[in-house]
Amino acid sequence: MATLKEVETKIGAVKKTKQITKAMNMVATSKLRGAQQKMDAFRPYAFKFAEVLGSLAEKAGEEASPLLIPREEVKKIHVILCTSDRGLCAGFNAHLISMAQKFAKEKSEQNIEVVFTNFGKKGRNWCRKSGFPILNEHLGIVGAKFGFSIATVAGQRAVDGFLDEEYDEVYIVSSEFVSMARQTPVMQQLLPIQPIELPEEETTEEEKPYLAEHICEPSTNELLGDMLPRHVYVQLYSALLETSTSEHAARMTAMDNATKACDDMVDALTLAYNKARQAGITADLMDIVGGAEALKG
Amino acid sequence: MAGNIRLEVVTPEASVVSEDAQIVVAPGTLGEFGVLIGHTPFLTTLKLGTIRYKAADGVEKCVFISSGFAEALPDKVTVLAESAERRRDIDIERVKEALKRAQERLASKKPDINYERARAALARALHRIKLVGTRG
Repeated sequence: MATLKEVETKIGAVKKTKQITKAMNMVATSKLRGAQQKMDAFRPYAFKFAEVLGSLAEKAGEEASPLLIPREEVKKIHVILCTSDRGLCAGFNAHLISMAQKFAKEKSEQNIEVVFTNFGKKGRNWCRKSGFPILNEHLGIVGAKFGFSIATVAGQRAVDGFLDEEYDEVYIVSSEFVSMARQTPVMQQLLPIQPIELPEEETTEEEKPYLAEHICEPSTNELLGDMLPRHVYVQLYSALLETSTSEHAARMTAMDNATKACDDMVDALTLAYNKARQAGITADLMDIVGGAEALKG
Repeated sequence: MAGNIRLEVVTPEASVVSEDAQIVVAPGTLGEFGVLIGHTPFLTTLKLGTIRYKAADGVEKCVFISSGFAEALPDKVTVLAESAERRRDIDIERVKEALKRAQERLASKKPDINYERARAALARALHRIKLVGTRG
């Protein structure tokens, strides 16, 4: 049985750990709020963008931009993997990585080469370890403050590489922020651009073909050619925002659980401590009583 | 004049302007265009420049935008820009720094710099400075 001193030290240590997890929980909470605000700020832009793009795409044909045309033979694909830089957020990164891994394995079996661009250190480290080539890495972005320009730069690279036929498809693996308690990894195809669907909310039937009588300047196809790369940036930015928000939410939950676990541990240890203390007192009493009896006799 | 038209300037990071205007003048890629209420539906790309508009109370205001696009409807103009700033929000010190950085980068003649990006940054900075210098 542990001595009193040992148990006491252990209780102290667990309490310290609890302070840390609690602080991390609060930091994650406040960062989560910031990230959510950013997501809200982005929504009007994304919505309007999707609306305009959707109706443009309806009018224009596939030939409007090479970004729309699927390649006949896919030899090499490019996966953009968004993970966090730091751990302590439960299975968050593991889920994302396992999705990427499964996908990469599947493709490799079909003799398709897979290259990665990494947002976040965790994914990067995994890529290094498993020997996948890394095209680019962006650290210190997910979970931190970043602007739309990051998505523009990275998106531009992805588009350029696609147009130069460096790779034939581009996918993005990121986390979707479903709710505070649920973040699910999702994979989307960025390039070639999938047929664009109109956003579901707020589009009533009669509103749909509203762009039909628009005058476009320059022509519809040129306009579309200008907007499609932006569409990639918008998707990328949105994925980064969602991943950041998810990371904070995941960390918040993980730290909340850790704090609770600390509480349980302190309780159990305190019980053990009291038992040990009581045993000590009882032993002492027995000694005294024994001694007194001996003197009497 | 028949009335006011709604102007919305939205960037991925924030909604910059949302107010009624008597007239909006924006820099389209094929030339500057003005929009009054009752404009025919119109969609165009925008280049780097300034959106000028006369607010409902007659005050003229300016918004700097880097590239984007605009949609005009009879009662509303929506501008989606990659970045946008009202004139009074432009931080001149920061712009000057950006200008210096861009100039240095262009002058350095190193092979690894992205000329297009540096030139774009230079153009943005110059335009912002020009805008701050104007009156009104």
